[in-house]
Formats: sequence, C-alpha cells, structure tokens
Amino acid sequence: MIVLEVDIKKKMGSFNLKVSFQSTCKCMGILGASGSGKSMILKCIAGIVEPDEGRIVLNGEVFFDSNDKINKSPQNRKVGYLFQNYALFPTMTVLENIKTGIKGNKEYKRELVKEQVRLFHLEGLEKRYPEQLSGGQQQRVALARIMAYRPQIIMLDEPFSAIDSFLKDILHKELLEILKNFNGNSILVSHSRDEVFKFCNSLTIMDEGRITVCGRTKDLFNNPLRVNAAKVTGCKNISKIRKVNNYELEALEWGVLLKTNQVITEKITHVGIRARHLLTVDQKKENTMKVDFLHYAESPFDVQYMFRNSMNDLTKEIWWITSKKQFHTILQDIPKYIQFPAERLMLLES
Amino acid sequence: MDEMLKTIDFSPLIISLKTGIVSTIIGFFLGIYAAYSVMKVSKRMKWVLDSIFTLPLVLPPTVSGFLLLMLFSLKRPLGKLLYFNFNIKFVQTWPGCVIAACVIAFPLMYRNTRAAFEQIDLTIIYAARTLGMPDFKIFWKVIMPMAAPGILSGTILTFARSIGEYGATSMLAGNILGKTQTIALAIALESASGRYNKAGFWVILILIVSFIIITVLNKVSSRYSVVGKRWR
Repeated sequence: MIVLEVDIKKKMGSFNLKVSFQSTCKCMGILGASGSGKSMILKCIAGIVEPDEGRIVLNGEVFFDSNDKINKSPQNRKVGYLFQNYALFPTMTVLENIKTGIKGNKEYKRELVKEQVRLFHLEGLEKRYPEQLSGGQQQRVALARIMAYRPQIIMLDEPFSAIDSFLKDILHKELLEILKNFNGNSILVSHSRDEVFKFCNSLTIMDEGRITVCGRTKDLFNNPLRVNAAKVTGCKNISKIRKVNNYELEALEWGVLLKTNQVITEKITHVGIRARHLLTVDQKKENTMKVDFLHYAESPFDVQYMFRNSMNDLTKEIWWITSKKQFHTILQDIPKYIQFPAERLMLLES
Repeated sequence: MDEMLKTIDFSPLIISLKTGIVSTIIGFFLGIYAAYSVMKVSKRMKWVLDSIFTLPLVLPPTVSGFLLLMLFSLKRPLGKLLYFNFNIKFVQTWPGCVIAACVIAFPLMYRNTRAAFEQIDLTIIYAARTLGMPDFKIFWKVIMPMAAPGILSGTILTFARSIGEYGATSMLAGNILGKTQTIALAIALESASGRYNKAGFWVILILIVSFIIITVLNKVSSRYSVVGKRWR
C-alpha cells in the first residue's frame, strides 16, 4: 500500500498555504474553488515549488524535509504530473513526446513507446505535432507520456477543464480505466464536484490555502460538516441559524423554524439543504414555509425554481431543482409551500 | 562609371563582412548565455542585468565607443595589460572593429533570445522536469527548439547591425583603409571628402544587402507561423 504524507507551509505574496494530510487511498480528490491552493499542493509534491517548511514523504521516501534540509529535485521523485494544459512539447511529435520520459536503450524505448501508442489508442497519430491534435487526443498523449515514465503516483490537475463538455463523459470513462490499471495511487485536483465524486474514494476540501474537511467522498457529500464544503459540493441553500433547542433551530436568512433529527451542538452556525432535497407540498406541515415564486430556469433535464418566504421580502432566495420528464415542459402549478425534510438538513460549522 | 569602379578599393566590403561574421558568432553565444542567465536569477538581479545588457542599444554608439576606448586605450590598465603581456591591441586595429560591433549588436541578440525564452510556457519546463529530463537536456531539446525562431531573427539582426556599425567602430578602431575601414566608415570618409560617386556606390551596396537581410528575416519568421497574423 502506498502512503503519501504531506505537511507543508508555503507563503506566496498574500497567499498562505498550510496543509497537512495523509493518504493511502487509491484515488484521492482535492476539491476547492479556483485559487484555493489545490494546484500548489501538487506542485510541492512534484518538487516544482519548494515549501517554506514541512515534510513530504511518499512510501517512506523523503521528498522534502525542511529540518533535515532534504529537497529532492523533480527529476528524482518519479511523480507523474498531468498539467491542466497537458504541457506537451510543441516541437516534438507524439512519439518523441512519449519517448522523453523513458530510460533505457533504443530497443527498449521503441518497444515501450509502441506499447503506449497501442494502450492509449494513438495509432495513426505518431508523427503528428501536439497542435494538430484535439484536446482529448492531447490528453491521451500526455497520459501515455506519463505512464511510459513509470511513476509511483500520478497527479491530475484539472484534467478536464480544456475538454468540450459533450466529450467529457467518454474521457471520464477512459481515464477511469487507465487509473484502474495503474499500479499506484493518484491524486485528482478539481473544482468540479461531479469529477471528484466519480473518481475519488476519499476527498479533501480546500479553502484559501487550508483544508476545510477531509473524509470519504460519499460521507462528505452526505454531510459536508462545514459551510465551505457544502458550497463546493454544490449545496445552493445555506442559511445562518439561531439555536432554539437541541432539535430545533431558526434559519435566520430564510425566516423559518426547522426541526432537526440530529442534535444541534454549540458549534453549529449554519444549516444547508440541497436544492434537489426540498419537497413541495400543498398545505402547512412540519418544517414548511409558504413561498412566493420568483423565477425559473431550465436546463436540458432539470428545472430550477427560485422562491422566497412570502412572509418576509428581506429573506434569501431558495433554490429548488427538479427533474423534467420531457424537454418541452410547461411551467405547471407553482407550489405554494416547500418543505425542508428533517433527515435532509445538513448542520454546518463555519 | 567604369572608370570609378576601377579605382575603388574593395577592402571595406571584405572588412565589413569579416567583422559581421565574427561578431555575430561571438554575439550569438554571448547573447544566448546572457538571456539564459537572466532567466535564472531573482527579480531584482534580473532588472540589473537586463539594464546593463540593453544599455548599448540605448546609448549613442559614440558613447559606447568612448567607454571602450577608455577601457582598451594603451594608457589604461586593461589596455596596457593586454598589450604588454599578451600583445593584444584593440585600438586602431581590426579586432577593435569586432569588439565595437559586438558590443553594439549584442543587445539585439540578447533581447530577441530573452523574449523567445519568456514566451515559453513554464508548465512545459515543469513537465520536462517531472519526466526526469536532466536540465541540460531540457535546455537543448525543449527550450532551444521552442525559442528557435526568436534566436534566428536575433542572429540575423545582430549580423545586420554589426556590418553597418559606425559610431563605436570609428572611436575604437579608427578609419584606416585596408585595416579597419568598413563600408559605413568608407561612406563617411568619401562623402566628407566630396567624392559622392564613391560614397553613393557603397550606399547602394548597403541598401541591397539590407533588403536581402530583411527578406531572409521575414522568410525565416514566416516559416514558423503557419498563417501570418493580420490586424484590421
């Protein structure tokens, strides 16, 4: 089993990175908004950026230790880094690109390159230059180049940000297979909750250079624990609260009293509920609110509605998302009440 | 016309070409090395070095020539040392032409190369490092091919500037026919003495050479971009 230990500090201008984590997971995800320091962590692990202090150890091999003055060069870390723009060498052909990372004699190089070309379905593209390839092909070449290098760990930095969205699912499937066959660990950095959910069993959520929470991916989506984590996992409805008693709170920004299943501890400052988890009802029940309809927007398979507490105009809008049955939906009966099911409420710390 | 051509001494052409070629070779390596060094140092150091390396481009050539004269004059420590210990003399000699041309043309090589280096996406260099490529290999296999168009145009401009150098050359190397007189110096001398025909001959020759250089320059740079950009 491969163990990665990272405990580093790095100051860059006004930005402060201070993270500490351990990962034994096959594919670890780092989720955070742009500028939260996700890529910086990868750069420190790869040795491109030197942390101010701390320790980075992979499998017992010390990459960096500020106390012992150890700082291995990137060349000696055997780390595969897939850059956001793939960073292919523009003056080299596909074959030459793949060959750069291979150590060994000519015969071995040729065999290995041939194998990579086959594995990554690059037949017919060998003599092309990167600018003559599509985004997806470039990604495959970059992955082939990394795999030919036989790294101990692969780090993927926003691998799909440059891919047309209608191709993403196919490339997701390809990458999942590649990672499954890879005999090592990987780290995926992304701002997309869908990607980390698909690829990663464990998840670390970052904000402004700090780790907000980490844990099993599904647990964190189920209960993000922190306001920031709820936001980056896509929770649209979040409100400040006032505790009424152990099982009841007032959502200040929505103007409603809500009963909870979990105990409301002193640390809880916010409550959140995912837009898909709201229910619509015809009459007043427990945890319901009478609402005014504000507006709606359609995506191919969903409709997003926005409501506001009809008793109080100063409250925050509330999102409700529901699946459509067909493309041409007509706006049907607008619900009068929405319900916040107690089992779906997420109690959050700030 | 024939009469005039017969009386022309072609040594300025030879001296110009010789000076151009030698100083381009020297400037090529120095310029690349300087640009490479500047890319490696801290921001403040970069500013200092960049100012020094660019100075000859901004200064009047006669100022550069004056400074060179101050450095290499036989009455000065360095000039003395070179002459009496190694028998090397730059004042009023052909090597002086080369030094003067080199100093004046160096910023063109340096700045073009540096601009080409600055254009290179850093992640490509990082990728090369994480793939285990040693630094010298990264420089020769990744950086240099990517910077090639800029380096090539820098080289051509350096050559063009050094065959036409006048100010610093006249200060340091003087205007000795058959020894240090380049075409640019010949033009100055001939027109000062009222021999406009001869001066005109050299002017036409320089114009032709210049057009050839510009054509080559454009050919070279257009080879690297598939479709030339157009602003409108």
